[in-house]
Amino acid sequence: MGKLFAVVLLLIAVGSAIPILMHTWWMPENISSHGYMIDKQMSETMTESGIAFVAAQLVLAGFVAMFGDKKDGRKARHLPGGAKAVVIAAIALVGTEVLALGVFGKDAWAEVYFKKAAADALPIQVQAEQFGFYFRYAGPDGKFGPLHPDKIDEGNQNFFGLDPANDVESRDDIIAASLVIPVNKPISLMMHAKDVGHSFYVRELRIQQDFVPGLDIPMHFTATKVGKYEIVCTQLCGLGHYNMRTYLEVKSQEDFDQWLKQQSQ
Amino acid sequence: MSDASAPVAHQHAAPTGFLRKYVFSLDHKMIGKQYYGLALVSVFLGMILSWLMRFHLVWTNAAIPGLQLLTKNGAPGGVMTPEYYLSLLTMHGTLMVFFVLTNAPFAGFGNYFLPIQIGAEDMAFPRFNMMSFWVTFVAFLVLIASFFIPDGPPISGWTAYAPLSAVGKDAGPGLAWGQTLWAISIGLFCVGQLLGSLNFIATTLDLRTRGMTLSRLPISTWAWFITSCIGLLAFAVLLPACVLLILDRVAGTSFFIPAGLVISDHLQPHSGGSPLLWQHLFWFFGHPEVYIAIVPAMGIVSHILMASMRKPLLSVKVVYGSMIAIGFLSYMVWGHHMFLSGMNPFSALVFSFPTLIITIPATIITMIWIGSIYGANLRFHTPALFSLGFISVFVAGGVSGFFLAQPSLDIYLHGTYFVVGHFHMVMGVAAIFGILAGTYFWFPKMSGRIMNDTLGKIHFWFTFIGVYCIFMPFHFLGFAGNVRRYSTFVDDYLQPLLPLHKFISIAAFVTGAAQLIFLYNLIYSRFKGAPAPENPWEATSLEWSTTSPPPFDNFGGRHIVVNHGPNEYGVDGAHGDFIMQDSLEPEPAAGD
Repeated sequence: MGKLFAVVLLLIAVGSAIPILMHTWWMPENISSHGYMIDKQMSETMTESGIAFVAAQLVLAGFVAMFGDKKDGRKARHLPGGAKAVVIAAIALVGTEVLALGVFGKDAWAEVYFKKAAADALPIQVQAEQFGFYFRYAGPDGKFGPLHPDKIDEGNQNFFGLDPANDVESRDDIIAASLVIPVNKPISLMMHAKDVGHSFYVRELRIQQDFVPGLDIPMHFTATKVGKYEIVCTQLCGLGHYNMRTYLEVKSQEDFDQWLKQQSQ
Repeated sequence: MSDASAPVAHQHAAPTGFLRKYVFSLDHKMIGKQYYGLALVSVFLGMILSWLMRFHLVWTNAAIPGLQLLTKNGAPGGVMTPEYYLSLLTMHGTLMVFFVLTNAPFAGFGNYFLPIQIGAEDMAFPRFNMMSFWVTFVAFLVLIASFFIPDGPPISGWTAYAPLSAVGKDAGPGLAWGQTLWAISIGLFCVGQLLGSLNFIATTLDLRTRGMTLSRLPISTWAWFITSCIGLLAFAVLLPACVLLILDRVAGTSFFIPAGLVISDHLQPHSGGSPLLWQHLFWFFGHPEVYIAIVPAMGIVSHILMASMRKPLLSVKVVYGSMIAIGFLSYMVWGHHMFLSGMNPFSALVFSFPTLIITIPATIITMIWIGSIYGANLRFHTPALFSLGFISVFVAGGVSGFFLAQPSLDIYLHGTYFVVGHFHMVMGVAAIFGILAGTYFWFPKMSGRIMNDTLGKIHFWFTFIGVYCIFMPFHFLGFAGNVRRYSTFVDDYLQPLLPLHKFISIAAFVTGAAQLIFLYNLIYSRFKGAPAPENPWEATSLEWSTTSPPPFDNFGGRHIVVNHGPNEYGVDGAHGDFIMQDSLEPEPAAGD
């Protein structure tokens, strides 16, 4: 029975490791300027935890196979070094590893969250609502008009609650249902929720951020590759949560300028 | 400490009459069985909900025959609506975390065995004990009632984030009475747990029999004691949180709801509240809660391992210290559930640090277990298999925690199946393995009969292989960015992942079916199982010094005196390679 346990454990350890090593199901290509830091952190964590996982399963398997009751009256004995050796090993191995991951990992976090957006970043407002995302560009005047929740009217596509009749800055604001941005340009998002909690997730950009009702949350990034990528909601927001999605379209600067011009007309 | 010279005054008289014996019992053993029974019903109900969910994810448009009979609006023609999926998800999580993982290993086995293991006749407060079970039972009924109201159960997940859970029916189906019933149920559950924790703490400190010093407590008792300390503070925070949620929902307060929210075209009449406040209150409870779920299982598994290995652990004191460290640190990490919540980003680093540090005591305990197997004389009965399996799955679940503890990786992995895989491995598998190991181990003592070991082994192998087939792929899905809590997978990038989901669903059905072997074994053995000897495992702790099942006062009027520690295995005892705690044999010489 001990040997059977060991064999099954070995198969489980190998079976779990293979899809990871082969990246059978894995992160998509990174298209952001900061994503390489997260990918590096992921890869280092995978190596260390992968080794820990496989080693633990193999040692457990080995000991279970070797130390079954052979009914020969043999006395049970302790691991040489006893508990002291185990505690020192655990603290040394795990302690240094977790501190290293924590200390070095903070750089990737800091890049996204501590650094402010570049001064010339393109500002875009994002509103999350049941069940879609809407994006607002400031238009030629470079200013966002004020929001009036009591003026929100989904039927008339006034998602943000703008009042162009009375607010001059709102008149040239551009509303879009997908996030269109120029490549290699810093983008500064300001995120707010209209109703309940939502979240903004673009796998390829390696960014994710909750929308919290009552808060305006900043987020910035730079996309480095032209293409179309999915934006999905990752915070349970009601029955349409599974279908709350849109696209990030990264265009060349010329194509973006063209698109923006078309939206203004 | 009780005085051995005074005659034993019974805490309460032997029960007479059906109601006092089996329903409103003051006897901790009956209360423990009642908790276990409630957990058993909850786990099968929770598992059926998960089968329905896994079926719907893969065969989304297929009708499930008869489902339309169970729900008024949730499954027209038997095809599940998105909101019904979310309500099943909410109830699955709520049932499993509260009514299974808090009930069975702690309230169930702890109630039954803690007084016996310390040589006491009952808990310190038998009436509180009875009250705690019945409050928990009412909480269960209130929760289940949400299935039968027209709007159905809530759809906000077991985490019930505000404002979705707080604003009422504008936000969607199930969020009217369903959510209120949920909050009442969990509030009541907290009351039951607080009463229970008080009882465990007072009993452990005050009712130990003569000779039962704290260092002679069995490791399972230590685990229950530490858990009850964690629980007292944790449930004391969740209870007011539920009260505030109910007030926001019915009394027009705005603890969790800010101004200016427009939901279903209605400007909500609230202002001044903070959704983050709910998250703080919930997770300040929620993180210690997961240790409340796992620490008793660690204690039970350690207890069983020593009897199975025929040797003590390398050091039980190190394990006690590590469990206490885990309990203490568990109160410092709640913000790791909130890295992306919009809190000040500096706080992410502050919460990440203790989250990484908590790996150390967890690793120490795991390495003590594995290291203790060296040189053992392992007996491979079913409780031993589940205990060894526990170590394997606890490692698997713990390792994924490494990733999630780092905020920079959480940017990618948060809200994906990686998180779901992590918590299912540690709670849905490891903690359950602890409960199963405890069941097979203690069934003979509780019922006087032994469970069939062949069926037990078949159950083990199907379950052990099955849970890896279900939950290891969850991590792969997470790396691909598969978002959680989706009722259907419509996104482009999710389509290539559907075959893996199919594999998982089939594995879930097979593994679930294997649990019926366990259920059959449990029920059959209860009535027709072979009679159990008093000490079938040749174990040392006090429960094995009394009859199977124990009499109403646990020891038949005998005043137990403890002369030995709980881990005298692998020694030259008079009756084998062990010495029982109340044995009159001398201590083994050093070096034995």
